[in-house]
Amino acid sequence: MNSSDVAIIGIGIHPFGRSEGVTGLEQGAVAVRKALRDASLAWGDIEFAFGGSAAAGAADTMVSQLGLTGLQFINVSNGCATGGSALISTYNTIKAGAFDLGMAIGFDKHPRGAFAPDPASSGLGKWYGDTGLMLTTQFFGMKIQRYMHDFGISRSTLAKVAAKAFRNGSRNENAWRRKPMTEEEILSATMVSDPLTQYMFCSPAEGAVALVLCRADKAHEHTERPVFLRAATVRSRRYGSFEVFSPWLAVERGSSPSVDAAKAAFDAAGIGPDEIQVAQIQDTESGAEVMHMAECGLCADGDQEALIQQGATEIGGRLPINTDGGCLANGEPIGASGLRQVYENVLQLRGGAGERQVPGEPRVGFTHVYGAPGISACTVLTR
Amino acid sequence: MSEEQQVPIEPGLFTWPSPRPQLIGAKCPACGAVTFPRQGSCPNCTGEMAEHLLPTTGRLWTWTIQGFLPPKPPYAGPETPETFVPYGVGYIELEGEVKVEARLTENDPAKLEIGMPVEMVIVAFRTDADGREVLTFAFEPKGA
Repeated sequence: MNSSDVAIIGIGIHPFGRSEGVTGLEQGAVAVRKALRDASLAWGDIEFAFGGSAAAGAADTMVSQLGLTGLQFINVSNGCATGGSALISTYNTIKAGAFDLGMAIGFDKHPRGAFAPDPASSGLGKWYGDTGLMLTTQFFGMKIQRYMHDFGISRSTLAKVAAKAFRNGSRNENAWRRKPMTEEEILSATMVSDPLTQYMFCSPAEGAVALVLCRADKAHEHTERPVFLRAATVRSRRYGSFEVFSPWLAVERGSSPSVDAAKAAFDAAGIGPDEIQVAQIQDTESGAEVMHMAECGLCADGDQEALIQQGATEIGGRLPINTDGGCLANGEPIGASGLRQVYENVLQLRGGAGERQVPGEPRVGFTHVYGAPGISACTVLTR
Repeated sequence: MSEEQQVPIEPGLFTWPSPRPQLIGAKCPACGAVTFPRQGSCPNCTGEMAEHLLPTTGRLWTWTIQGFLPPKPPYAGPETPETFVPYGVGYIELEGEVKVEARLTENDPAKLEIGMPVEMVIVAFRTDADGREVLTFAFEPKGA
């Protein structure tokens, strides 16, 4: 490890789901204190931080709870990649040599029900929201509908993804939905956006995650179990990619931001997708997990059907995916979601994931988030 | 109903009044990219785009059914949770030019199929405060 490499030396989480009476900022502060404790550090040791939420306030105001130390604290706001953007900013700051020790913080607290987006803030006409086209659920329904048509994915496979999420969530004390469900229950639930039923979708939620990062060559001063952040990437959409909130699409299909962000992460890490032993990938709904497996290069288009039917993505399988229950079991607090994935991979690479630990002492992990208006953030982690 | 009692949901989305309404998009003279609605600069090559009326027929590229009453705002439909009826939504590939997102007049999954021919229609969406019918565009299966 040289001085420009980056290690994760502390992780903290506030349980996901619903926390009545606790603000998003307070949940963020809880996660920060847990991460500091995990790294055997005090808030006064932290030289800088990047933090953000989509709907729960300005991250830097939490210094009034944590301590007014005068550190460099920058708020980030980047939709579903807010957590990923806090992480890449922290990573780059250390790589640039500006500071040695910092934190990435993400938290959120959303009201119940579907997100209610504002067309103008996405650069769209009011008519788009007025006429009932501005729903992320529709996009996901239509994207997987086409994908199933093109690549032969079955409804049973969509149900298996959700069943796995709730099964994994039942082994995660920080998850929101911890009750396993059968494939039959999932398939026969209320249809939200054909072919996706109620239990195939995640819901807006609450939660927070904080990570302590430092120069890799100093990691062992703080922990015996550092995990190295080998790459952190963010990409936006290209012409022709099929993205959420698009009144039109080019006829010729372009690659998605997930394809670009994943490839950039693997290239930067010098690690191939075939070397990944545990992955957390965006499962806004069951179909998203299926499609993102291929977009991230973890398998070829269409191979998911056999992989999932044969259990390859289960915790004991060849390529365990969303071992903490993913968005389906944890809900989606936008600012925290991407960092939750990294938290889970750090636990898995440390061997500290308890009853959901991936067997075989995994060494290489991958994370991927995706969101509006067509943005993706990925990481590659090793120990 | 007279033309004065009917208004498009937004000016500049489709030609109206017109015996044969068309969606108003934009085309890039340099690279041929087509957008909807129209926009000034090309998202593909950054050139300047010109107004371009879109074909009114095409094929269903993908679809879903909106199964619950969308949150208001942004939704401005007249339904209540009691009166809401699920509606179809799809992307329609218009004669190889562009895919547009639209409501579908059909909401029965059994009657929707990727690749089926569809055509544009203007439909009443709601009634405004002045009692005028607010119009939007939708696509219906051909021959329906």
